[in-house]
Amino acid sequence: MSIHHHLDDASLMRYASGDLDPAFCVIVASHLAMCGQCRNAVRLAEAVGGDCLGQTPQATVSDDAFARLSQMIDAEAGRQPEKPVAVQDPAGQLQSNVPLPLQHLIGGSLDDLNWRWIVPGVHRHRIELASTDSSLFMLRIGPGRKMPEHGHGGTEMTLVLSGSYKDAIGRFGPGDITDLDEHIEHQPSVDSQDPCICLVATEEPTQFKGLVSRLMQPLVGI
Amino acid sequence: MMLGSGAGNDLAEDMMQEVILTVWRKAALYSPGRGSVATWIFTIARNARIDRLRRQPVQPYVDVETVSIACDAPSAKARLIGNQSDEQVRRALDLLPDEQKTVIELAFLKYMPQSEIAEKLGLPIGTVKSRARLAYKKLKDKLEDLK
Repeated sequence: MSIHHHLDDASLMRYASGDLDPAFCVIVASHLAMCGQCRNAVRLAEAVGGDCLGQTPQATVSDDAFARLSQMIDAEAGRQPEKPVAVQDPAGQLQSNVPLPLQHLIGGSLDDLNWRWIVPGVHRHRIELASTDSSLFMLRIGPGRKMPEHGHGGTEMTLVLSGSYKDAIGRFGPGDITDLDEHIEHQPSVDSQDPCICLVATEEPTQFKGLVSRLMQPLVGI
Repeated sequence: MMLGSGAGNDLAEDMMQEVILTVWRKAALYSPGRGSVATWIFTIARNARIDRLRRQPVQPYVDVETVSIACDAPSAKARLIGNQSDEQVRRALDLLPDEQKTVIELAFLKYMPQSEIAEKLGLPIGTVKSRARLAYKKLKDKLEDLK
């Protein structure tokens, strides 16, 4: 897989420090599962965390803390140590076009989803997550179709899982992620022969431009 | 770390015990080619904190780790960023301008979300993001110089 569009460094830092909202955590983790370069880049951000942990002032624990911990460790004596590969059929799971963090939410196949028609050529599958104000959903957009031009009230990330699209920023294929800030406007159009299937996280409802698009917004609900 | 993220004494101690127990259980999974011991323990503690304090699933982090263990051969570069570099990361952090260092320390020492950092410093969130971005870039350049 050749990936050309990667995570913003600020997002790497937020992932490493544990500051991402659940919807964005899933999409960032899904990109990381597909992109060795970004997995490498996250390690540097985590090394900052490791260093800061070392700089944290020491705290006093209760007198029996060590004794209790020793008991817990002794109680582990009969337990099998954790093995390096914890997934069943790792080859199959890792080669699927559904990245592992997403497989836990939608299963291993893009075909069996409950796709809902929203406008001609565009279907959506919502992913419900607890404790988030953001939305996470999947879009399936037919070949040659365009999304209405839109800007963003907040951060939006789009990860391509299959097919491809292009917009003013460039061409996006499987594994490519857009990590857009507010104020950026774009109009993606699908240029693959098969539908383009993406995972999308939005911080605020996406703002469509133009009257027709604005009328469409409540219908589309993205 | 747990006290810094707002846990009371008892909860912080419970979480510390949980982290050390996880370190014990997962010791065989640690690989120096993927980062230093301090970094590895940081990720375990971060995951425990996310799980307990934010009440959100930690599964995405676990999945990325699984993929990483299966796919990423320990590399010389990761070893550089990891093994010998606790000291180098510290020195690179010390070289950052104060305004960038503050953003990093609030994120990684106080575990503040970017929105809270922006509020505390009286800055737009975009400024906090760009400082985090600049800091990351400088750290990366600095550590790559060492190759």
